Amino acid sequence: MSLLSVERLEASYGASQALFGVDLAVGEGEVVALMGRNGMGKTTTIRAICGLMASRSGAISFAGRDVNREKPFRIARLGIGLVPEGRRCFPNLTVRENLLAAARSGKWTLDTVAQLFPRLAERRDQYARTLSGGEQQMLAIGRALMTNPRLLILDEATEGLAPTIRRDIWRAIRALKANGESILVVDKTMVELLPVADRCVVLEKGKTAWTGRPDELTAELQDRYLGV
Amino acid sequence: MTRERLLTLALLATLLALPFATQAAGYPFYTTLATRMAILALAATGLNIALGLGGLVSFGHAAFFGIGGYAAGIVATHAMNAEPLFGLTVPASMPLVWIAAALAAGLVAAITGAISLRTSGVYFIMITLAFAQMVFYFAISWKAYGGEDGLSIALRNGFPGLNTAVPRDLFLIAFALLLAGLVIFWRVRVSRFGAALQAARQNELRVAAIGIEPFPIRLVAFVLSAMITAVAGAMFAELNRFASPSMLAWPMSGELIVLIILGGTGRLAGPVAGAMLYVMLEYWLGSITERWQFFLGLTLLGVVLFARGGIVGLVAGKPRHG
Repeated sequence: MSLLSVERLEASYGASQALFGVDLAVGEGEVVALMGRNGMGKTTTIRAICGLMASRSGAISFAGRDVNREKPFRIARLGIGLVPEGRRCFPNLTVRENLLAAARSGKWTLDTVAQLFPRLAERRDQYARTLSGGEQQMLAIGRALMTNPRLLILDEATEGLAPTIRRDIWRAIRALKANGESILVVDKTMVELLPVADRCVVLEKGKTAWTGRPDELTAELQDRYLGV
Repeated sequence: MTRERLLTLALLATLLALPFATQAAGYPFYTTLATRMAILALAATGLNIALGLGGLVSFGHAAFFGIGGYAAGIVATHAMNAEPLFGLTVPASMPLVWIAAALAAGLVAAITGAISLRTSGVYFIMITLAFAQMVFYFAISWKAYGGEDGLSIALRNGFPGLNTAVPRDLFLIAFALLLAGLVIFWRVRVSRFGAALQAARQNELRVAAIGIEPFPIRLVAFVLSAMITAVAGAMFAELNRFASPSMLAWPMSGELIVLIILGGTGRLAGPVAGAMLYVMLEYWLGSITERWQFFLGLTLLGVVLFARGGIVGLVAGKPRHG
């Protein structure tokens, strides 16, 4: 029984359809990589899962409950923690306030998040808008963790960051995996992503085109689905 | 100590010293001005929770201010004439008035908020205005409590241990209430509730994505905001010995918003700075020209164009509002 399961999901932006049948599943404690070229529907799939856009048809269930067309805050409360693309923090709140606003009881607290990202502890009274891009990303991850989610969704968490910051973020993601967190991750850095992932789901033109273990994702397949 | 904290303390110390210093210098009238400042600052502090923290531009806070005023007037009238209210004899007691004012305004805010908070932007402004006007017309048609003439308070309600007929005692009560209001505002701002309220102001969808439903948070903030403004309204009526229908009318709502913008939206000391400046302008310019609001308009224009963070933002920098 998987934690999250998405079946034949279709969704559209107004008149233009973006998803034509996405199937994916994330099991308890599993790290699943959602892959595909730009514009293939990765972010749209995530938005639909989180209730940020309505699906046209298909089924989304989380922890055994149908969450399709549920309100976003209800889905979040059920235990989906989203780290949105483009590190969307609350710019005019301090680091501490950003984390505090999201807090729900569980193992993740201000202290445990500070252990994962010591930089956030150093900057706790700074406004989020004054943080560097990497720090904002850490804050966005920390904020999602503060909701003590059963599933963490990372959308392009390392995009546009300096290599050293990327390494810090990947180290944190590996620590989360070692901790037994269930994660759905979208990223373009194959060398980092493949070793972390337990399973890969490749989207093409809004449909699930391939699903398998990372070691089965041959160079040929990578070239076909992910190459530019 | 940060500059903002210093400024807050300096403003409060100035306000507290004002009646004592001017009394010693032989200008007892300033005690009334200082009381007016404290009361308007308290009213605006209430609104600052909704407007400054929650981004809810309520154009109907006059209703809550006026409900507070009428609570004071009604209690005073019944106590004076020894008429029972709801079958009970009413003591002329300020704390009782505050509780009554806060409960009545809180109830009205809960009902009107539950409806108006489903809208946003200009619709929210208009619907809060509409509700306030409903309360206004209700009050001026209620002949038993003065109708269009308002309700005079022959004798102020009492406060244990103080003589509310003495201006300085009344000032001290108003000042203590202002301090209490500021503490509530500050506690709200640093709480998890306050963080969520401010986050919802900045981005509703992002807030939903971390599992927060904005509506109940905003409703609680709106009700709390109304309750504080109502207590200020009660004190305003006590000060003037008159619960006036104009307290309920829409220009009053505008005045409270102006106070906040002048002082600094969402800042702890914003309403205090705004009310002090406003009352001083009203008094000094008012003694020069009847059209003093023209100059208030110019001041407001200056603040909006050149000092977006208001007085607090100008002095203490780093506005919390972007």
